[in-house]
Amino acid sequence: MKETQTIQKTYNTAQTTERISGSEAIVRCLLEEGVKVLYGYPGGAIMPVYDELYKYQDKIHHVLTRHEQGATHSAQGYARISGEVGVAMATSGPGATNLITGIADAQIDSTPMVCITGQVPSHLLGSDAFQETDIVGISTPVTKWNHQITKASEIPEVMAKAFYIAKSGRPGPVLIDITKDAQFEDFDFKYEKCTGIRSYKPVPETDKSSLAAAAELINNAKKPMVVWGQGVILGEAEEEFKAVIEKAGIPSAWTILGASAIPTSHPLNIGMVGMHGNYAPNVLTNECDVLIAIGMRFDDRVTGNLATYAKQAKVIHFEIDPAEIDKNVKADIAVLGNAKTSLAEILSLIKPNSHTEWHQKFKDLYDIEYEKVIKSDLHPTKEGLTMGEVLKEINIQTKGEAAIVSDVGQHQMIACRYAEFNKTKSNITSGGLGTMGFGLPAAIGAKMAAPEREVISISGDGGYQMTIQELGTIFQQKTAVKVVVLNNDFLGMVRQWQQLFFDRRYASTEMTNPDFVAIAKGYYLNAKRVTKREELASAVEEMIASKEPYFLEVCVEKEDNVFPMVPSGASVSDIRLE
Amino acid sequence: MNSEKQHYTVSVYTENNIGLLNRLSAIFQRRHINVESLNTSASEIEGVSKFTILVNVTESQIKKIIGQIEKQVEVIKAYYHTEEDTIYQESCIFKIKSDLLFEERQIQNIIKESNARIVTVNKEFFVLEKSGRRQEIELLYRELNAFGIMQFTRSGRIAVTKDEMKISTMLQAFQN
Repeated sequence: MKETQTIQKTYNTAQTTERISGSEAIVRCLLEEGVKVLYGYPGGAIMPVYDELYKYQDKIHHVLTRHEQGATHSAQGYARISGEVGVAMATSGPGATNLITGIADAQIDSTPMVCITGQVPSHLLGSDAFQETDIVGISTPVTKWNHQITKASEIPEVMAKAFYIAKSGRPGPVLIDITKDAQFEDFDFKYEKCTGIRSYKPVPETDKSSLAAAAELINNAKKPMVVWGQGVILGEAEEEFKAVIEKAGIPSAWTILGASAIPTSHPLNIGMVGMHGNYAPNVLTNECDVLIAIGMRFDDRVTGNLATYAKQAKVIHFEIDPAEIDKNVKADIAVLGNAKTSLAEILSLIKPNSHTEWHQKFKDLYDIEYEKVIKSDLHPTKEGLTMGEVLKEINIQTKGEAAIVSDVGQHQMIACRYAEFNKTKSNITSGGLGTMGFGLPAAIGAKMAAPEREVISISGDGGYQMTIQELGTIFQQKTAVKVVVLNNDFLGMVRQWQQLFFDRRYASTEMTNPDFVAIAKGYYLNAKRVTKREELASAVEEMIASKEPYFLEVCVEKEDNVFPMVPSGASVSDIRLE
Repeated sequence: MNSEKQHYTVSVYTENNIGLLNRLSAIFQRRHINVESLNTSASEIEGVSKFTILVNVTESQIKKIIGQIEKQVEVIKAYYHTEEDTIYQESCIFKIKSDLLFEERQIQNIIKESNARIVTVNKEFFVLEKSGRRQEIELLYRELNAFGIMQFTRSGRIAVTKDEMKISTMLQAFQN
């Protein structure tokens, strides 16, 4: 309550103009937008803003990451767990270019983020000045919107637009580049939130007839199947979604970014689709009669070979972004709009059903997957530890309440396959871009946005070392993330492909690793290494019990593979179990 | 849907913004599509710019491209048209030695028959302007090239559609 009052107060004072500098205006804009935390790294061209952040440090918390890429991933983690806009800041030149990977990641995974970069003074633009780079040009293909500010008077309107664009419709990253002279310049500041832009329509109108047509197909379907994506989470449509699938009794599978929208234990939750998804939903994609895609974009890792993807099915596509309709898979019926609204509207048009026999097919195929894959992943009898049993142990200790932040590779697929989720926004991972190094900094952002939640970063030994320097951020900020590294001394996923498709020629995938526990201890973190099965449960228990940041390395079997697997370019129904 | 490649004229109505050209050209570049011509200018609506882009692609490609263009925040509306949907023109200018105008009688006939227009003449050279379809311009080029051309430039395509484009209505709807 107290917080709301403070925000209200600042907002009111902004109704009258005040003469302040551009750099102060930037900080004031962030406050107006309700930003409490931002991630960044100072440098020459952004120094005036940092000077203001120093003055405003009791109102806004700046987190010094150890690399600008870390700042973007932390901002992404913050956004993904909270639904709020994540903010990252950097200086010009290398500071700005270091943001690009995180921006590209946020673009492809629709994460609301605002990045602010300093720029050389406007009279030096184009002169190859020290630390000058054309960051607006560089970031154009990977931002939802970007803009360069050269006059202080532009700051309030552009910043308001930045937050509006990042958050509305299909969210995405926005980059604002501000020349140093604009930061120094004084002007009359007045802030008004952006409520609309004439050339931009964030949410397309839903055609009522498309809803009726979709409902008719669903009501007449004998073997319907839902594949939902992050659109359900971004649209905060979890309840509406659950109501629709429960009423229609439709088996529902998720894309990697859709995970956790409904609990893992929900009886209609039939698992993950895609390359390392579950057996049943992949195989039965090519048997269902109506495929209902909700807030997903038919990524190639989901569909496999498009020529043989769900050809027998009528496709209904619920989607907020018109450019996604017919992009990869032709939709028989496209329902444009926000998932929350369209699902709420279709509910009354849908007839109750249970599809008992159809459900049994999923159960039968699950049993096959359990025997061939899951059993040995979760309850191994061999000597080496599996990644799956680590996840199982985490599930037991956290009771499915944790947010799991994974990196990219084998451990990511295992984490997404086996982590149990009770709450939405609990699976934070780099899906579209597959950014190794995402996990650790994203977990920092997630923990800061949701300090009351258990946040567990799970990485492999490869990706972990791409942003390992963020242990410094954890130490300095005392962020109580739990950091798990599943170490197989390999770039495991690439090694798996080399084994399966390149006759075991392990080109540059074997890693000679450092003492990860010693490194964590170097950052004064509690740290432990597990090499034996009998040590695992107590180590995970100790980690979860800790109120402080904790590092746990688990040395797992070196050459385990992730199955099931749809080989690249194969049909989803040709999924391999071994 | 037509899976043959053909020429499509893309009309894009946009806010007048630095960087938008880069944003639009990136959409083609990323998909490895060659832009055959591109023209940007003011449109019939004050403050609204218009891009006219000519590409040779399939209908399925052009539909996806339009989706990506319209997705850009500062794009008001994008359309694609076949050759039949539009009235289109290109324009070109030639710089030619003035002597030829007097020495080669044939040149005068070429100018007359092609409906080209002499913009300026001085002692050294004269400048010839011609607007029309690509084939007409290419024909004129071939004919004049036999005598020697000092300089030649052809513009990108500009086009208007036979059907109405309801940009103003769209913008008014936003105001209300």
